[in-house]
Amino acid sequence: MAHASHGPGELTGELLAAPIWSDDLVEAAGIPVSDAPFVTVGGGIGSFVLVDYLRIAGVPTGQIRVLSNLDHPWETYEYLTRVSQIPRPERIRSDSASRPDNIWGFPSYAVSEAWQSRTLRPLIQVFGEPIFSDYWTPRAGAVFAGLERESRRINYPDMLVKGVVRLVRRRQGGGYFTILTPPEGSTATRRMAYRSRFVHLAVGYPGLRFLPDLRAFRETYQDFSHVVNAYEPHEHVYEFLKTRPGTVVVRGGGIVASRVLQRLMDDRERYGLGTEIVQIFRTFVTGAHGPHPWARRKGGDGWAYQGFNYPKSVWGGQLKARMRRLDGEARAQSYAEMGGTNTPWRRRWQQQMRAGRRGGWYHPVQGVVTRVEPRADGMLVSQLTGDTGDREIAAHYIIDCTGLEADITEHRVLADLLAHGGAGRNPLGRLEVERHFEIKGTASGNGALYASGATTLGGYFPGVDTFLGLQIAAQEIADDLARRSWCRRIGPVRSTAQWVRWMRGRGVEDEG
Amino acid sequence: MVPILFGRIQTRIVLLAVVGSAVTALLVPVLPLAGPLAERYRGAFLVLAAVGVLGIGWEGLYHLLMQFRWEKDWPTLFGLLTVVPEAALLWVLLDRDVVPGLAGRPPLAAYLLHVGLVWLAVWLVANGPMRVPLLRWRFRGGRLI
Repeated sequence: MAHASHGPGELTGELLAAPIWSDDLVEAAGIPVSDAPFVTVGGGIGSFVLVDYLRIAGVPTGQIRVLSNLDHPWETYEYLTRVSQIPRPERIRSDSASRPDNIWGFPSYAVSEAWQSRTLRPLIQVFGEPIFSDYWTPRAGAVFAGLERESRRINYPDMLVKGVVRLVRRRQGGGYFTILTPPEGSTATRRMAYRSRFVHLAVGYPGLRFLPDLRAFRETYQDFSHVVNAYEPHEHVYEFLKTRPGTVVVRGGGIVASRVLQRLMDDRERYGLGTEIVQIFRTFVTGAHGPHPWARRKGGDGWAYQGFNYPKSVWGGQLKARMRRLDGEARAQSYAEMGGTNTPWRRRWQQQMRAGRRGGWYHPVQGVVTRVEPRADGMLVSQLTGDTGDREIAAHYIIDCTGLEADITEHRVLADLLAHGGAGRNPLGRLEVERHFEIKGTASGNGALYASGATTLGGYFPGVDTFLGLQIAAQEIADDLARRSWCRRIGPVRSTAQWVRWMRGRGVEDEG
Repeated sequence: MVPILFGRIQTRIVLLAVVGSAVTALLVPVLPLAGPLAERYRGAFLVLAAVGVLGIGWEGLYHLLMQFRWEKDWPTLFGLLTVVPEAALLWVLLDRDVVPGLAGRPPLAAYLLHVGLVWLAVWLVANGPMRVPLLRWRFRGGRLI
């Protein structure tokens, strides 16, 4: 096996230095080349949704390759939701009509659940939302089951190639080379190249970042157990609290903080525990907030309340139309106005927090933590500077729910693209894409390089890292590919015919 | 639904023209109306047209009200309940004989059945089936062109 760093089939110094590769250069390095007109990198829900669009438009499986280290498109999503306290039976924070397994969003998840469970309850809730009821949201398990069904229907596994993508480079004469590292021992060479006219990147979140004081604590004391990130497995915290009364500090005021609070409070109620919870908000929201009466978000008790992670109109209404026209500073400004950590107002959560405040075991506080240190008795002391002065908070565990994300250069493919591929950053520091999600500055002959998902946050369309956002991106990309005459544009007739096939569970029809 | 103003107006006109017309065509023979069938059809389609024309003004008002919502959305429920003020206003106008082409008002029961069923059908189609042939409609604030 050719594992030596400069053996045949390995990236050479010459390749790494050249921003544009010729076919000869790749051949000379001994890297085997496969051809596929369209390659998507990532293999999560972002790749899946685009592939679904293309298959429904009639692109045969032979034209598409999905390069991924995931066996299923929902694998990463399921892991992250599970550890952040949304197991399969729990409901995610997503609209009923945002279905990554159905490009039409009809029937919505609520309709499907009503049909399957033979109950009108989901429909009544959707009918009354958000005025008379909380937003209805689907169960995580229903989302995964739907994806599994659609994956089979479009023959997704036939397009999947396992491996880790190392980089994407432009090709002399047009298109791109994508370098894949297949699982060890599965191929004769360490690397493989995919030569394609189009590449799509949907590589997800580049990684987690800890709050500076928590990172300092973990590094100084080499303690990775008492300070945890909500997106890491942290079941041991809940298990500890079942054995004895303890205090937990929850950092952050977003959806993940809500989930973690719910778990702590559910356990407290179910097992009769004596858990004390201190929640630290950096920004403590006391009421409706915003610059003017027609731009005011609800809030209170520390939280900013919003149904979904963006105001609903970013996915199709006014905000989407407005953002599409903004560039540079004006765009960054608009992101700042609609941004800010928020969580949905849910009746159950409000009840639990009220009970906690009344019972004196839930303490929401404002402040910025400057330092965390262990005390002689093993408890962790957070030094807090707040609007009402300095104080110390001692706890057994600290759960970081702030969800800070790492810089995009933490991802090798993106870092390489910024260094050698002509890509640049948008006003929020992520990859700058066009309105049709082509990465600016990366065109290569008649080829195009697209990106969707969290990588592109800060672009002309704000809701990128959501189910519906991935679908909007997929539609824009599919339409752009149709403009380039690579596939057909889905018109009303094809759309309806394909929807009927979806409803009947029939496979998609390929176009010649 | 997260409409923009032009999307609202376009969606209303197209849905009334297609779905509203279909419902009206099927409904008129069984509505408690007097007179020859052709006359009954003429009257019912004029009422439908009036809902569409007045609706342009109503949509402007809804758009204005929507500005006070942080999300800039228009909940499903609102889309159904707006039939109440709309039907009431049109009834007053019919009663005062100011709707062109219509002499006097139709019987109340026929009017309520007609407007109510048209509205319900339009609302149901707008909340799902519309997305089947028109894949891009929901992402464009309800705009069709």
